[in-house]
Amino acid sequence: MKTLSYLGIGILFGITMFKSEAASWFRVYEMFRFDAFHMYGIIGSALIIGILMIQWIKKKNINTLDGSAIYIEDKQKGIKRYLFGGIIFGLGWALAGACPGPMFTLLGAGYLGIGIVIVGALLGTYLYGILRDKLPH
Amino acid sequence: MDLIYNSWAWYVSGPILALVMFLLLKVGKTFGMSSNLRTLCTICGAGNNTSFFNFDWKTQKWNLIVVIGAIIGGAIASNFLTTDQSVDISEKTIDSLQALGFSDAGKTYVPNLLFDLSDISYRSLAVLLLGGLLVGFGARYAGGCTSGHAISGLSNLQLASLIAVAGFFVGGLIMTHLLFPLIF
Repeated sequence: MKTLSYLGIGILFGITMFKSEAASWFRVYEMFRFDAFHMYGIIGSALIIGILMIQWIKKKNINTLDGSAIYIEDKQKGIKRYLFGGIIFGLGWALAGACPGPMFTLLGAGYLGIGIVIVGALLGTYLYGILRDKLPH
Repeated sequence: MDLIYNSWAWYVSGPILALVMFLLLKVGKTFGMSSNLRTLCTICGAGNNTSFFNFDWKTQKWNLIVVIGAIIGGAIASNFLTTDQSVDISEKTIDSLQALGFSDAGKTYVPNLLFDLSDISYRSLAVLLLGGLLVGFGARYAGGCTSGHAISGLSNLQLASLIAVAGFFVGGLIMTHLLFPLIF
């Protein structure tokens, strides 16, 4: 049952990524040129609803389906890792035109060239794992 | 039916993304896609020599199932819910892409210049591999990607996520405006 719910949520996410065109390289390029509101509308509306939702969850102590409290972990404090990591991620997001969710959606949609991006992303993740102790965080 | 077959407006897609985050919280999980890349590295054996990957990947199995869903969702949307794969980007964007050599801007879902494997150049191969590498490295360094920081983290009013998202845009703007003219 739980497996099916994860799968269902993933399918809803994948369909939305594809149909919103957020998985399109062209939309990412358009966003970074500020030529259209579309991507800002997607992220912005998700964010506004998300902020209200999490305030509501915290205020009303909303539980998970199996009855335990919803717990959202705070991000660790720091500046360097978020700034440097963020900039590196942004360079890649604009170049490959895909972030880690839509990558897999595009694979399912049959755009197999994205497989090279996924291989690159796995290599990049591995490289971070090796270099982690040498990087400023 | 056109409402489904055409591209979905931002005011439909954004709220559904918020719903995805809510559903994951309701089943006791969080919304973050890039951590799956770490899990996949661990499954490939990266934990044998690097402590960062030395964890019980089975605790992350649920998120891999979400990814499998995202793949299936892409297949459903592309094959059954879309009649025209072209992306309705603005005229200004099309003009600037054509100047860079992307002749199919506005006519396809992704540019064939980069993603068509049957006719791929070394440059495009390098672009895809390097783009992916930066995404994977940057996401793990920053501790999250668009879903983990820009949606989950900012929704939870995390300063760390605000810094990360500012970084995403600094990087994206540098790439699009300063580096693209040199690459393409």
